[in-house]
Amino acid sequence: MSSLQDMKIATEGQNRPKTPIYLDYQATTPTDPRVVEAMLPYFTTYFGNPHSRNHAYGWDAEKAVEKARAQVASIIGADEKEIIFTSGATESNNLALKGVAHFHKGKKNHVITVVTEHKCVLDSCRHLELEGFEVTYLPVQKNGLIDLEQLKATIRPDTCIVSVMAVNNEIGVIQPLAEIGKICRAAKVYFHTDAAQAVGKIPLNVEEMNIDLMSISGHKIYGPKGLGALYVRRKPRVRLEALIHGGGQERGMRSGTLPTPLCVGLGEACAIAQREMGAEAERLKTLRDRMYNKIREQLPEVYLNGDLDSRIPGNLNLSFAYVEGEGLMMGVKDIAVSSGSACTSASLEPSYVLRALGVEEELAHTSLRIGLGRFTSEQDVDYAVEHIVQAVQRLRSMSPLWEMAQEGIDIKSIQWAEH
Amino acid sequence: MSNAIYMDANATTLPSASALAAMEVALRTAGNPSSVHGFGRATRALVDRARAQVAQLVAAKAENVIFVSSGTEANNLALASGGGRPLIVSGIEHDSVLKPAQLAGARVLQVRRTGQVDLDDLAAALRETGRPAFVSIMLANNETGVIQPVREAADLVHEAGGLLHCDASQAPGRIALDLSALGADLLSLSAHKMGGALGAGALVLKRDIAVNPILLGGGQERFRRAGTENVPAIAGFGAAAEEARTAVHATRLAALRDRLESKLAGVDIAIIGGEAPRLPNTSCIVVAGKSSETLVMALDLAGFAVSAGSACSSGKVRPSHVALAMGYGEEVARSAIRISLGWWNSESEIDLLATRLADFAGRKVHTLPDMQPAA
Amino acid sequence: MSYSEKLIEHYENPRNVGALDKSDTSVGTGLVGAPACGDVMKLQIKVGADGRIEDAKFKTFGCGSAIASSSLATEWVKGKTLDEAEQIKNTMIAQHLSLPPVKIHCSVLAEDAIKAAIRDYREKHGEKPAEQAAE
Repeated sequence: MSSLQDMKIATEGQNRPKTPIYLDYQATTPTDPRVVEAMLPYFTTYFGNPHSRNHAYGWDAEKAVEKARAQVASIIGADEKEIIFTSGATESNNLALKGVAHFHKGKKNHVITVVTEHKCVLDSCRHLELEGFEVTYLPVQKNGLIDLEQLKATIRPDTCIVSVMAVNNEIGVIQPLAEIGKICRAAKVYFHTDAAQAVGKIPLNVEEMNIDLMSISGHKIYGPKGLGALYVRRKPRVRLEALIHGGGQERGMRSGTLPTPLCVGLGEACAIAQREMGAEAERLKTLRDRMYNKIREQLPEVYLNGDLDSRIPGNLNLSFAYVEGEGLMMGVKDIAVSSGSACTSASLEPSYVLRALGVEEELAHTSLRIGLGRFTSEQDVDYAVEHIVQAVQRLRSMSPLWEMAQEGIDIKSIQWAEH
Repeated sequence: MSNAIYMDANATTLPSASALAAMEVALRTAGNPSSVHGFGRATRALVDRARAQVAQLVAAKAENVIFVSSGTEANNLALASGGGRPLIVSGIEHDSVLKPAQLAGARVLQVRRTGQVDLDDLAAALRETGRPAFVSIMLANNETGVIQPVREAADLVHEAGGLLHCDASQAPGRIALDLSALGADLLSLSAHKMGGALGAGALVLKRDIAVNPILLGGGQERFRRAGTENVPAIAGFGAAAEEARTAVHATRLAALRDRLESKLAGVDIAIIGGEAPRLPNTSCIVVAGKSSETLVMALDLAGFAVSAGSACSSGKVRPSHVALAMGYGEEVARSAIRISLGWWNSESEIDLLATRLADFAGRKVHTLPDMQPAA
Repeated sequence: MSYSEKLIEHYENPRNVGALDKSDTSVGTGLVGAPACGDVMKLQIKVGADGRIEDAKFKTFGCGSAIASSSLATEWVKGKTLDEAEQIKNTMIAQHLSLPPVKIHCSVLAEDAIKAAIRDYREKHGEKPAEQAAE
């Protein structure tokens, strides 16, 4: 497969981009070469165990870990003491939800989350329900955003934590974090946000937004896989129970030897994102709009899923009516996109996120998630548009549903044999 | 950058060249293993290959290898999977076994002065519980290197209808490791203790035992451990496992370690666990009258990186829980230092260390107050 | 998931895409599946005077496996009598295209589409297709 170097060449001005083109930046991002360079010495020269307190190998590693911790804290306006390293956003989300709920069990047994959260939040909540907690799953509006009044009305005296993702992994919509934070703080309820898709893409500040816990992923921001972080507020202090016990690392909240090179990588990724976020967002928005407009100019009946304005610049989620998403993906095999999220796309069910927006099942089956990112060029976009348009046209020409639509037959009027 | 001679392999090893190469390739390969497109499949292939390599290391089936983020997570996952069976652990386990075991109210097994778990106590504990138990006994202790009678323990546990988990983090590349021969039902491994990188571990199952996941979410690792796979660390783990399978360095490491200990014969020191079969690379030494804190610091100044007890503790030097469990008193437990060697160490380094240690010991000759059993 | 070369070839160069006049008495039309389930197949057969299927067309909304399965189905029914075409089983299609286990339902749908088209034709001919064809 393409290495980063190949991608870089592709962005450095050739007419035909290097294929396959990676447009799946919400599934994972390539590790930025600058991040890789920063990490490499910590595999070899500074290979020590950062918890070895007795010699310089350990101290060097520890120093690097602490620098990285400060870099992570900086991008979200937190104090470095509030950053817990984990193995990834999945662990961060599990720790935030189960950890806080377990600590407060008996006194506060109610959890609020949203139907469009990442699977690991929903699965953690299901698990809490089995343990006797009560969970409210807030619906979303047609644009993918929650209704703040509904949130307010759902909070009860025994509500322990509200978990609302910052940016949705499938449709890229940004929830109104500052408003949610205000509501939670006023109600004295913890506010957790899964910011795996948000950090480094939109400005985030845990103070201004009154966020108490925030999950961060390394590999979604051009950092390494296998590392994430959880921001845990110290004032007022958030109390949680650890999921992984042992050496008592990370102030007892998460045991296990810290992987120094990965910590360094996440720190560097945050530092780069913090420096470049503004310009990068502008560039991606231009590319995203170019793509969306070119597709709409050439194809009728293309629908955008999720709000366009409250959305990260690197995401498009489009339904190409009458063309099935998986079939379409196969038709654009030079372009790596996804239908549904990466964790579930091996299954055949339509995306639960799209269903939650009220997208009809037949339309949900026709959706593609297109993720643009740091190494996406204008040529990539144009190439992708050309091939997507061709594939959609070809597949529509052989779609019985398209044929019926052209003949004016209402597909809903047909008695389908659901199987 | 430190110029010290690194003799703390049981804390973490230098990554092997093949592991580094595999990791670098993976670091530069874009893709999420769960994605169905070519980028995803390329990273999936790296994970699959590593899974086969790790399985081969311990002669297990690839589908029974669960990749996790560390040995600590593997141990936590194992102990969470007891399925309600009463829990029994040895007193010299790593904190990542002991802590969750304590929280679950486990019965802690006595350990003999040799550093080996007391099998009579295990038999007694199995009788006490009266129903099939979940037992955790490590293969080789991280502080003393003492190899535990896991096979015998497994027979006792299985006779009583229970399951045996074995934390084998320190074993790969040092001693032979075969899941069937060992008799364990679950086995924990840590990549960075065997020449791989920090950030990957595995729980290996002898057969398809129901695992109670700690991390919920995506369906990764056959629904036993959610979270996007740490592809580079896993790729490095695989390469390290392949290298460890041959244990090419074991003989040389044993020669180095024995050279150190024989050079120290006649010096006022004691070897903890020296009577028992040990890992070839580990020596746990008490120098009369020197606290481990003082000794480790003095050695650091002299250019040797060694450790007092295990590296996971929070900085404050605690008495070694392993030495305490072996029946030694506080003073010895506060004096034990660990020399753990790797393929990178040389004879001349050993000779330098021996001279230094003899020097420290000789400055103030002491007889150890409580090297004899208290009772 | 990886696909067989035969499957990809059928997806990229599908045979017999198109439509036949469904009001024609020599044409049988089968429409199976449902948009909400992510796959819909329309398979049509045209039966000649000799009682053999002389032409077949399909249109499919679905994944690559569904498209390839229907393409293969149209290829296989051509030249067969209705009784012979009815003998085509989903397992034969799945085997020929080496469908991965999660895609077996695509071959089931293709078999259903063939049967539905034959049923439609027979209904048009009062359940007596062979005699009707000789009118």
